[in-house]
Parts: sequence; structure tokens; C-alpha cells
Amino acid sequence: MARVVGGLTTSHIPAIGNAVPREKELLNDPYWKPFFAAYPPARAWLQKVKPDVAVVIYNDHGLNFFLDKLPTFAIGAAFKYEHADEGWGIPTIPQFQGDPELSWHIIESLVHDEFDVTTCQEMLVDHGFTVPMSLFWPNNSYGGVKTIPVCINTVQHPLPSPLRCFKLGQAIGRAIESYPKDLKVVVLGTGGMSHQLDGERAGFINKKFDMLCMDKIVNEPEILTRYSIHELVREAGAQGAEFILWLAMRGVLSGKVTKIHSSYHVAVSNTATGLLVLENAA
Amino acid sequence: MTQATEIEMPIPGTYMFDGKAAMKGYALNKMCYSFNKAENREAFLKDEDAYCTKYGLNDEQRKAIHDRNVLAMIHAGGCIYYLAKFAGIFHLTVQDVGAQQTGMTVEAFNKMIKAQGE
Repeated sequence: MARVVGGLTTSHIPAIGNAVPREKELLNDPYWKPFFAAYPPARAWLQKVKPDVAVVIYNDHGLNFFLDKLPTFAIGAAFKYEHADEGWGIPTIPQFQGDPELSWHIIESLVHDEFDVTTCQEMLVDHGFTVPMSLFWPNNSYGGVKTIPVCINTVQHPLPSPLRCFKLGQAIGRAIESYPKDLKVVVLGTGGMSHQLDGERAGFINKKFDMLCMDKIVNEPEILTRYSIHELVREAGAQGAEFILWLAMRGVLSGKVTKIHSSYHVAVSNTATGLLVLENAA
Repeated sequence: MTQATEIEMPIPGTYMFDGKAAMKGYALNKMCYSFNKAENREAFLKDEDAYCTKYGLNDEQRKAIHDRNVLAMIHAGGCIYYLAKFAGIFHLTVQDVGAQQTGMTVEAFNKMIKAQGE
């Protein structure tokens, strides 16, 4: 049977996508050092675990989806996923392999579980997906890992509530664990932490709230699911609402969850960065 | 339909991009979404007015684009994720955009961000 071996979170700031190819030299740069220095333990864990599949829970920022048709929850069911020009200069990176058989199993299970997701046989993935992949699998190696993109709307309100996203994660977890193939699956929750790009409050960061989130998400995630989207925007900033993606990730982990590694840093670009590696024991 | 259990107080300096804004800003956001493609960015730079006309921007949106005024674009229904693609044409980063909206220099804006981590 397939098994969820763990979950990772990371911020997906576009500036990181520009910096990743120069990581070695930037480890000597005072601005970037605290950020990049946090990643080797996460990569070491992935090398040890050797997952077959990564389910990547992210938000599209206007590459694949526009306001003409904007799904709340969308899932990829393609053989491959391409990155593309996002308009402001992030380098595109090589395509990702999909696992459509597992995608359709998850889709069947989710709809049966009353999560009526949009299914995508063609899907461009943007920095919300590509930056985490390039951070966890350096040099675009991806380690042979297959990917399943799960896209949650954070562009247009109403956004799905933290509780709803957590429950979606739980349903994805049930789906994976009922898949008959022996696969090791990791789940990525990308984005966050506190940040705000728009309005007179641009530049807002809330370290205290971020610390609370990083702490509680490990073993008391239910506490965080009680926030409304409005409260999340107030506490974490307009784009800090991306924390719902972390909660969806956490919902997938149903076993005994242990924190392997974590890091928090203010800031890269306008954003507080957070990294978590959580192991999910049966 | 479920009702909100408490009144949601507005968050100062923060704009919820909701259905109302999405309807108001549709043309502006659609134009900015087109800037994912290099040929569209070039077409905009070649003839800005014609490009705005092609996408049916209203006067408020045209003025905001003409003035490169991000807050005015937001008031005209712009969503920051699409507006970022407009800013990208001029190689403006989110710090540049943040500084403009808060009325700070980029240096002061970055300092303000860093200070919140201390």
C-alpha cells in the first residue's frame, strides 16, 4: 500500500527562484545565508526517505488560472507539468513528471468524500510549485520523484477556510493510503509565512503569529483550523493567508507526527520564510 | 447559507480581492494576465494606449496604468498577483511596489521589513 512518509513546508518567494542557481555563492552573502543554510537537513531527510511521489499543495498566482474560470480546488492528472514565463523574469525550470494513475485514484476518492475538485490534464505550474521543488531537489534533479499538483485558490475571495483545507488534506491522506501500490509519498505545503504585497499595509510581518503557527501545526493543528480567513489575513497579512496550504499539507499526515527540522527567517523579499520537515510514522 | 458569526472589521491598508473587486477589475486584470507572454509585454510597450483599448480598460484603470500607480490600480479593481506582471515589464520588484504603496524609499521599506523580525 502507498504510505505518507512525511510533510514539508517552505516559502515559495519568486526571488528564491532567481537565487537558487547561485546558492553556493550566496551562502557567503549575508542576505541569503540564513535562508539557504536551513535547507541541507531537509534535503538529507529526503535523500534518506527517497520518496516516489510528491503531492505539492500550492497556489497559482495567475499563470495557469485566470478569473474567467477559477477553481477553489484543482488537481493535476497529467503525465507531465511544465513551468512557463510568469511575466517578471523568474527562470523557467525543466518539466516535472506526473503520476496520472495515482492522480485519478485521489480524484475518485476525493469526489466520493464530497470534495468536488477540478481535474486538469494540462496544467502549467508556477513558482508556488517550482520554487519548493528546486529548493528540496537542487539542480533540478527531482530525484526521479513524480509529482501531483494540488492547487488551492488564494487569489480571489472567498478563499476556502483553514478548516476546509485541513479536511481536504485529510481526504487526500485517506486516498493515498488506500492506493494499492507500494509507494512512499511526501506532501509539500508551500507559501507563507506572514507577508503582504498590496495596500498601505504592504510589508506587514507578524513574527509572533508565525511562531505560533510553526509550533502548533506539528501536534495541535486543530487549534489553527479555528481561524477564519479574515483573521488569518489580519494576523498574517493578505498573502499570509497562504498558510491554508500548510494546513492542507498537515491534514494529509494522519499518523504520529515528529518534527525533524525547522527554520524561520525574516525576511526574503517581503516575506517571512518558514521551513518544516515533519515525519509521519504509521 | 452560513452567516459570519461576528462582524468582520476592516483591516487598515488591506484590500480583500473579492467578487465585487474581481468584477470591477476584470479588464485590468485580464490585460495584466496577458503579460505572462513576452510578445504581449512588447506590444504593450510599443503602443500602451492601443493595448489598453484592446482590453477595454475604463478611464480610472487607464489613468492608474498611465501613472504606474499601484494603489490606484487596486482601487480600480486590480489584483496584486496580476499587477505584479505589469510591474515586471518595468523590472520593478515587490519591494519597489511595496515602497510605492507605503510612501517610503525602498531602503526604508526593506529596513521596516527586517525590523519586524527582531
